[in-house]
Amino acid sequence: MARLTEKTVDPASEAGYVDHPRRMGFFTDTSVCIGCKACEVACKEWNAIPEDSGPLTGMSYDNTAGLGANTWRHVAFIEQRKPMAYQEPGVDHRDIDGLALAEQGFSVSEAAEEFRWLMASDVCKHCTHAACLDVCPTGSLFRTEFGTVVVQEDICNGCGYCVPACPYGVIDRRADDGRAWKCTLCYDRLGVGQEPACAKACPTESIQFGPLDELRERAARRVEQLRADGVTDARLYGADPDDGVGGDGAFFLLLDEPEVYGLPPDPVVTTRDLSAMWRRAGAAALLAVAGAVAAFALGGSR
Amino acid sequence: MSVLNVTRKRRRGRRGEQPMVPDAEFSSYYGKPVINSPVWSVPDVPGYLFLGGLAGLSSLLAAGSDLTGRDALGKVGKLGAFGAGVLSLVGLVHDLGRPMRFLHMLRVLKVTSPMSVGSWLLSGYVPLAGVAAATTVTGRLPRIGALATAGSALLGPAVAAYTATLLSDTAVPAWHDGYREMPFVFVGSGATAAGGLGLLAAPIAQMSPARNLALLGVGLELAMFRRMRTRLGMVAEAYDTGKAAKYVKAGQALSALGAVGAVVGRRNRIACALSGVALLAASAATRWGVFHAGMISSEDPKYTVVPQRERIRKRRGDKEF
Repeated sequence: MARLTEKTVDPASEAGYVDHPRRMGFFTDTSVCIGCKACEVACKEWNAIPEDSGPLTGMSYDNTAGLGANTWRHVAFIEQRKPMAYQEPGVDHRDIDGLALAEQGFSVSEAAEEFRWLMASDVCKHCTHAACLDVCPTGSLFRTEFGTVVVQEDICNGCGYCVPACPYGVIDRRADDGRAWKCTLCYDRLGVGQEPACAKACPTESIQFGPLDELRERAARRVEQLRADGVTDARLYGADPDDGVGGDGAFFLLLDEPEVYGLPPDPVVTTRDLSAMWRRAGAAALLAVAGAVAAFALGGSR
Repeated sequence: MSVLNVTRKRRRGRRGEQPMVPDAEFSSYYGKPVINSPVWSVPDVPGYLFLGGLAGLSSLLAAGSDLTGRDALGKVGKLGAFGAGVLSLVGLVHDLGRPMRFLHMLRVLKVTSPMSVGSWLLSGYVPLAGVAAATTVTGRLPRIGALATAGSALLGPAVAAYTATLLSDTAVPAWHDGYREMPFVFVGSGATAAGGLGLLAAPIAQMSPARNLALLGVGLELAMFRRMRTRLGMVAEAYDTGKAAKYVKAGQALSALGAVGAVVGRRNRIACALSGVALLAASAATRWGVFHAGMISSEDPKYTVVPQRERIRKRRGDKEF
């Protein structure tokens, strides 16, 4: 029984589902992302998301800028003056005369050599401990039987509490519509055994969809392989069930620090401190009563 | 445009304040914020915070006045509590993306959502405050009025304090990281406002509890605000920036002015009224300041990244030992 040894919380069981399907999620392997944005387009098409006709941002090829009410997949483009990971081209140069080549005066500048492009498709993390769901006062945000987090648009009253609660800056309110929107992990498609639109459209399998435990195993093997091949920057993000949000349902393989991609380096679900917050508020309320009693007891000249 | 899109900024040490987090380089994605900024609007939400505090503490002032036979001060407290309570509810509803769906707030009660708890609190509190105010004005049904006054005094402190939890239960650094002190700041600010209202509107012969409450409020608010800033470390910078700094400073100056005026001018009706206005304005300014500090800390990625990096560094350091 793997479940007994695993520390991971099963969010669907925690939410009260009995006999539910396995927890589903995304493993986004950014090392094979080519920045084609097919995921962004497929997501928009399938979910009928309105355009966000912003101007060009000047941020490399990124003109969606970040996740929001109308962007549920966002491809980040990062241009860095860092060397690419070493790759063995498999070509033998032993009979080429390097000095003769150099005499021709053709050279590649050092700056151009030291350049790499990071591309990463960001998405809602479907946290094990989801702050948006915790703080939603209407019950509009709910946990599905797949362990994902979804907004019920017929319930949401646009209070906006989920927006600053999310430690990743995912969910947002649509200005013209007044309600909160975010990735549903294609709840409708999952219900009929289909994979989410973004994963379906991804041509390089950078976006992988499947049962979360399988994805975690696969990701662990992938990051090991990359490191063994000399890509020492490779790391997993959101895969650890012991992190501040209990692990992400959608996690990533990154090639640099998370904040380089606009991700928080150590996210914590805000409600982790909630009992302490309520205790403090309770103490303050009692102090208010004590203060009022004192105000009358102290009296005064008038 | 530089090819280098990873902004690396060096934090400058300012005015010799000792930050909890040492100067650190940090990376970001084109300087874009990590979290999404609150979509809450001005004046709805800061006004809501201010009015909730004014209402809650006014109810306490009213109950105390009834118990000690200060009818006029009691009336001011009850009318103030009801008026502020209703207006705060209006602010809450108006700020919704779908105001017609306000009642969806009452589908469920969730303790993990301070907004849910607050909606239920207000739904109980405002009618009670209304009955308390109506019975005082009309002089009818005094027993029911006394019960309603007691009930609103019971819920009032919760109405005043919970708004701090509302702000702190977010990923906004200037709000979340201040969760230990924020309820005390807010209750103090509420006492400042309710005391101010008493000074403004009650007859001078019954004023002293209002003055005392205001003075206690100012003391608590200023002391806890100071403590909060110390604990916040580098995040406290948000309170020293832009609009937040202006409102916070104005709040502190008006608090001091109102407190001094309330004591020095205690025999002068006009001086008391002016002090009351200053104290009400001080309370509002503090809430506006806290609100804007949160907005500022959500818009600049450094407030999210630097403390989190520091946390990771400390954790790794702990492991090495």
